[in-house]
Amino acid sequence: MPPVSVSRILLGLLEPQAQHGYTLRQRYDDWFGASRPLKSAQVYATLQRLDRDGLIDLAGVTAGEGPDRRMYAITGSGVVELERWLDEPEVPDVTGTRRVLFAKVLIALSSGRPADVLLDRQRQAHHARLREMRVRRQSGDLIDQLDADFEMYHLDADLRWIDGAVGRLDRLAAIVLSGSTDGA
Amino acid sequence: MLRAKDVTIRFGETPALDGAAIDVARGEIVAVMGPSGSGKSTLLYLLAGILRPDRGEVHLGGQRIDTLSDAARSRLRLTSMGFVLQFGDLVPELSLRENVELPLRLVGVSKTDSRARAAELLRMLDVDAHADRRPGQVSGGQAQRVAVARALVHRPAVVFADEPTGALDSGAGELVLDALTGLARREGSTVVLVTHESRVASYADRTVYLRDGRVAV
Repeated sequence: MPPVSVSRILLGLLEPQAQHGYTLRQRYDDWFGASRPLKSAQVYATLQRLDRDGLIDLAGVTAGEGPDRRMYAITGSGVVELERWLDEPEVPDVTGTRRVLFAKVLIALSSGRPADVLLDRQRQAHHARLREMRVRRQSGDLIDQLDADFEMYHLDADLRWIDGAVGRLDRLAAIVLSGSTDGA
Repeated sequence: MLRAKDVTIRFGETPALDGAAIDVARGEIVAVMGPSGSGKSTLLYLLAGILRPDRGEVHLGGQRIDTLSDAARSRLRLTSMGFVLQFGDLVPELSLRENVELPLRLVGVSKTDSRARAAELLRMLDVDAHADRRPGQVSGGQAQRVAVARALVHRPAVVFADEPTGALDSGAGELVLDALTGLARREGSTVVLVTHESRVASYADRTVYLRDGRVAV
């Protein structure tokens, strides 16, 4: 799964009104930070890059007790880039987890290790994560629920893949150990 | 609290369970998953004393139950167990209220007390407005919530649920699972939940996975 584009999200948050880095970070964490909150340094580095690329502009500086607070506004080019990002469908992709699991299964089988054991352990880890998402879904607001749903459906897809793989490990082992690529 | 030790059972030549073991703590909610034919429902029926193992032992609350007589196991199911099956299996001729009262009436609780307790659960599960209707006059999800109330009305030590949402859409299914797990936690009942859906299993505290008649993890 491609990483979420923090820079495009910040552009989107800046479009309705100019904001300070601090308020941008707050809004980002409210909506998207449950699984991976944003660090201050990342916000400011991203804003500097967007400024350098002409997608946002400095709209004012407010003096305060700490460092000056810089307010940013989106530029015309920024709006064009934001629209391009929103309009472009994401490339469908399998999650990193499944790619890694697939590799682990093949390597385990090729070295004579029991792949079913690693898949059983992975299944347990997936179920534990599903339970965490269930709690989040039950205790959170609508944004939390939709975010949890998204992850739960993907975990479910991984689990289906694990079940399908476990059922075919003997055949897969025979192919891997013989060096054949004819798995049909 | 609930334990199957090295249980094996065959149907003809085929072992449905082959040395399976499970240990469930008091108040725990455990999901049992596994591919079709892995022995999920058979394990549930063994734990509930409906089937007897060819080999191995089944214990409930420290008592070995697989060696009890048929009558004693029936009595145990009546007093200490509740069941939620895929299609609810409510008695079609009785109202929803009467269905929920039934387990209490069968163990000798007075009509007044049975009615009060049934009303409490129907209210908690938000089906009290339909209490005088029959099962065929309400939605599948509402009927299944009534089945949950019936399974827990007599405060059983353990509730067995076999694909309790298998016949429902996801929204109705979630309401049933919220009802089942919420009520069981409130009442301190243990739950064994057989399902083939990982999202359903996510309501449990723990998931065990059966493969080839044994618990894989």
